[in-house]
Amino acid sequence: MPVRLALLALFRHPARTLLALLGIAVSAALLLDMVMLASGMRENFKGFLMLRGYQLRVAPKGTLPFDSDATIDSATALVAAISKLQGVIAVSPVLGAQVQTTAAGDSNVTAFTLGVIPDVQGDYEMIRGRDLTDSSSVVANERWLEATGHKLGDTVTLAIGYDPQLRTTVGARRFVVQGVARFYYIAATQPTLGMLLPTMQAMGGGARRDRVSLVMVKAADGVDAEVVRERIAAVSARISAISLEGATEAVEQRLGYFKQLALVLGSISLAVGVLLVTTLITISVNERAGEIAVLRAIGVAKGSIVWQVVMEGIVLTSVGAISGIGIGLITAQWLERILSDFPGLPTTFHFFVFQPRDAGIALAMLAAAGMLAGIYPAWRAASLPIAGTLRREAVA
Amino acid sequence: MTAIVEVRDLARDYSMGSGAVHALRGVSFDVQDGEWVAIVGPSGCGKSTLLNLLGAVDTPDAGSLTIAGERIDRMRDTDATAFRLRRIGFVFQRFYLMPALSAAENVELPMAEAKVSREARRARVQELLGYVGLGARAGHRPSQLSGGEQQRVAIARALANRPALLLADEPTGELDAATGLEMIELFRRLNRDGTTIIVVTHDAQMAAAAGRRIQMRDGAIVSGDAP
Repeated sequence: MPVRLALLALFRHPARTLLALLGIAVSAALLLDMVMLASGMRENFKGFLMLRGYQLRVAPKGTLPFDSDATIDSATALVAAISKLQGVIAVSPVLGAQVQTTAAGDSNVTAFTLGVIPDVQGDYEMIRGRDLTDSSSVVANERWLEATGHKLGDTVTLAIGYDPQLRTTVGARRFVVQGVARFYYIAATQPTLGMLLPTMQAMGGGARRDRVSLVMVKAADGVDAEVVRERIAAVSARISAISLEGATEAVEQRLGYFKQLALVLGSISLAVGVLLVTTLITISVNERAGEIAVLRAIGVAKGSIVWQVVMEGIVLTSVGAISGIGIGLITAQWLERILSDFPGLPTTFHFFVFQPRDAGIALAMLAAAGMLAGIYPAWRAASLPIAGTLRREAVA
Repeated sequence: MTAIVEVRDLARDYSMGSGAVHALRGVSFDVQDGEWVAIVGPSGCGKSTLLNLLGAVDTPDAGSLTIAGERIDRMRDTDATAFRLRRIGFVFQRFYLMPALSAAENVELPMAEAKVSREARRARVQELLGYVGLGARAGHRPSQLSGGEQQRVAIARALANRPALLLADEPTGELDAATGLEMIELFRRLNRDGTTIIVVTHDAQMAAAAGRRIQMRDGAIVSGDAP
């Protein structure tokens, strides 16, 4: 009966209830977006790192992958040592460097280039054409083709170590653009190339001989990646072995302000929702003071009155929140488009990731807020002096 | 007959601005089981205050009040609420039905609160609405009923949990003369069927129909009964 009375009380002023629902829906949408932003980045980043199933990254001691120009020497020996470790099923060494090419109009285009081993690489996927086959082949992203004016099948000259003062380069070689790839971890706006690791090491001369920027390691299914990480760390004092969790934490620290922003905006939207529902139900309780006093007079317990009023809050916030999920998903897409223009972000990285769990969290928070919002008016309703209220009603 | 209501030296004061208003000053009387008592007197004489105390919706400042063997003057709120639910039936001048509920649901409300089973509730609703002559109007909302019909529904609601005592505050106050007479007839039938009734009224015909009248003035009983 309290639930039915709560619902009927809400239907008594449909226009007012509808407006309140709209307000709660907007509040819920913002809250959902903020929950998606706060947890989505973490979940997205994990998925982002796990695109090809490599759980571990090995970088020069004290750095994060591609955080600096530092490289690891004696890469062949290191890769061999890691490959032999128990629980390791794949090792993918990667060398990164800036590579120049001359574009139409005599301008230079600098591309971030990855030297990889195609069989084990976890940095890109082919869109069209062929993957790397030999030392004269490269794969490029769409942005590089656009910047240089080249197309699939063109022969290009690439050089490493460009000196802008002397306008000279080191290790120039001719390559055939053999395929177009999408690089997972590099911004779509960054011209990018991929070539065989030994070719790139050779182009760099002594400075890059047998060096890598990063080694990606895949642990076997069922093997604790943290145990493997410890084994890798013990291989050499010159390296840092980073697990998925470690990398996620490091990124979270750097993107911490997004979480703070989400927390502040989420809290504000929740507070607005609570105030809105509290105000509406308090007005409704004041209007129904006589009815509530009669209910108490005929023996309805305070607890039933409290439950009825709190139910009004829960129903109002729950219906508003469910409506708000749709609005939240639409605004998340819009915000995603704005944030994806942030410089340097890889195309595969998303700020807002919808997960049913997030919607569940937002709904649970709003339901709790609805309950909280109902407490004050419920307390007022239950505390009404029965005789005094009936007397006032009779006089009115 | 046994006394179902025992009132002894009941007093109730209200603080009003600078001073206190003595709404009841040492009221004492008994009501026997199966009696119909009318409390009459001018406005402000303390009739409604007395009814509120008898209905356990207010507490006295002094004196004792026993209904159906239970002292209600010092009951805790939760106990008083449970007492009202099971032992007291209230009928108000303005009916005070829940506007969003049907006649049947209004009658069902106290039984639902008392955790009576759904089947038993339905049967009792049918019985009570039939008793007050509204068997065919069970699905109607209060706004679809006349004043007299609303008051009949209110009486059915008051009887839902088979109370020991029916309290009515000006039950004909909002009704026209003809409907008032119908209401008096209904009260007469209720009393004849064994319901103990205390009614506060200005209606001379209602007062005359009661088995006994208690006349009040300035918060005290001036005639009618003494224990």
